[in-house]
Amino acid sequence: MPAVSFEHIVKRYGAVTVLDDLNLAIEDGDFLVLLGPSGCGKTTLLNLLAGLLEVSDGRITIGDRDVTELDPKDRGLAMVFQSYALYPTKTVRGNLKFGLAASKLPSEEVERRIAWVAKMLQIEPLLDRKPAQLSGGQRQRVAIGRAIIKKVDVFLFDEPLSNLDAKLRTEMRLEIKKLHDELKSTVVYVTHDQIEAMTMATKIAVMDGGVIQQFGTPDEVYEHPANLFVAGFIGAPAMNMRSATLAVKAGKVEAVFKSGARLDVSDYPFQAPARDGLPVVIGMRPEHFTIGEPASGGTAQFTLPVLSAERTGSDATLYLTFEDEMLALRVAPDLAAGLRVGSTVPVQFQAGKANLFDAQTGRRI
Amino acid sequence: MSQVSVSERAAAAGEVPVTRAPYFVRKKKGITPRSIAVLVFLTICALFFCVPLYVVVVTSFKTMDQIREGAIFTLPHIWTLEAWDHAWNHACSGIKCDGLKVGFWNSVSILFPSLILSISLAMVTGFALALWNVRWAGGFLFLLFICAFVPFQIIMYPLIVMTTTTKIYGTLWAVAVIHAVLAMPVLTLIFRNYYKDIPTEIMSAAMMDSGSFWRIFFEIIVPMSGNILIVVLILQITSIWNDYLIGVTFGGLTGQPMTVNLANLITISTGTTNYAHNMAAALLTAIPPLVVYFLVGKLFVQGVTAGAIKG
Repeated sequence: MPAVSFEHIVKRYGAVTVLDDLNLAIEDGDFLVLLGPSGCGKTTLLNLLAGLLEVSDGRITIGDRDVTELDPKDRGLAMVFQSYALYPTKTVRGNLKFGLAASKLPSEEVERRIAWVAKMLQIEPLLDRKPAQLSGGQRQRVAIGRAIIKKVDVFLFDEPLSNLDAKLRTEMRLEIKKLHDELKSTVVYVTHDQIEAMTMATKIAVMDGGVIQQFGTPDEVYEHPANLFVAGFIGAPAMNMRSATLAVKAGKVEAVFKSGARLDVSDYPFQAPARDGLPVVIGMRPEHFTIGEPASGGTAQFTLPVLSAERTGSDATLYLTFEDEMLALRVAPDLAAGLRVGSTVPVQFQAGKANLFDAQTGRRI
Repeated sequence: MSQVSVSERAAAAGEVPVTRAPYFVRKKKGITPRSIAVLVFLTICALFFCVPLYVVVVTSFKTMDQIREGAIFTLPHIWTLEAWDHAWNHACSGIKCDGLKVGFWNSVSILFPSLILSISLAMVTGFALALWNVRWAGGFLFLLFICAFVPFQIIMYPLIVMTTTTKIYGTLWAVAVIHAVLAMPVLTLIFRNYYKDIPTEIMSAAMMDSGSFWRIFFEIIVPMSGNILIVVLILQITSIWNDYLIGVTFGGLTGQPMTVNLANLITISTGTTNYAHNMAAALLTAIPPLVVYFLVGKLFVQGVTAGAIKG
């Protein structure tokens, strides 16, 4: 079955190595999102899979076929591009038809597939128009149509939604997800938008500097970031990071911040026994804070001055000063409305939800 | 504190009537000394081209008797097409007196094969160099660039030897092929630069959809080349039609284009010069490129500026 795997992939441009010994394997039916900042190598990886770029070293397999040396058209893939890449002189029908150019299908089958795709994507009335006469969303549909008309097992998407406005993006996001569920195909999707990644993916590969920083389900990546990069990249507002030192005393582990404030992290699932005096970075998600006095006592408590509050309607972000830096908290909007800048609030953090990283290596401990 | 604000305050108090500095109103468009100068200059420029043209046109309709009077600006007393008829049907080039029509049809038979050959070759080469993964493409391009600047006269003799060896020397085909070959470097560069602007994603999509060089070329690239084709067509039609040197060198006696024909019948050495015939012959030779300009001139301008602005 068509699972995609990259084995020891190396990609060099002259003296510059973009990808170095990269390994990644996904299973049939997975929706893999390659997520990372610009220039992290995610589009390069996609183009290597598509065959638009040649690997310098390594092996790419789709199912049990080694496709490393194959031409793009022979790899059994379909791709949707960021700029849609529709053929400007062809009608929508012509564009869809050219999607099958390499397949040598009988013309009745071609017509049947065009009808099928047009119906599925609701572009039937547009079939005889040129791309220039379509809106952005319609072009995007046609581009997707030109990919799914091939009925291949693996679809590639290269930031397909980044040229759409916010509303359309949400719609198309749902639609692509629906298509994936219907077609039961494998998808490799490149984006720098973490919302797209979190909502659509079954697997996320977070990339930075040509290296896969973490590979896992969206929940794994969000809740257990493997290192400081992933922790900082995923989540908006970003995770709050503070340096601290571990203090182990009588089976109780505490993180001591620079200011002397202490946080009991005994509940944290340490992968290795905590070492006394280890410098760490504590990552705290904005939504794991609560405002107010502790109900039962026991959790860590800070009293922090309010810096500002941002309300976005359904949500509010409260900024407090902690350790001389800004601390973002996700709170209920009505709560944020009642706070004055400069006043102090009691804050509690669910220590069990903390993320601890080795300050030296940046890895999760 | 400035004077204005003081007087304004005074005005506000109703003490002193104030005349405020007028706004600078944009000047009405009208005839200014500057525009007169421009107009005069443009008129002189226009006359520079129009007066000789006028003389040529009226002279071609005059009888020889009137021409001998020497008043070159007068309109013909009797309008006659005799000179046109003579130039087209009976004018002598060397010892043959079949008129310019021989040269005209020669030029036509040179033009079309040459156009097809040069443009199709240049399109394919330009496409390959711009969008296909060609080994040594950069070096090849540089070579083409150099070739575009080699004067024809330098390679004339080798070309003659080559056409003689291939036994096409002295035929229309020699002229057509040489035109195509000499136009190749520039045309290839033009097409290559035009195709370079085609978005890479379109090419990537085509590579994934079809992957076939010729299919992508004919189905995607050629339909997108309309603008540049017009430009190249006009360039080529005028340069091939107006060429003299290649025609006189490679055409021999039977493959002479219209320009060579024209030169022969005007440089006649015996008898009196019939100006009416010469003028008519010159006009006849100049008409085809003019017609092309009038027909596709508008498209030409669009083509030249295509790519300057996106969309």
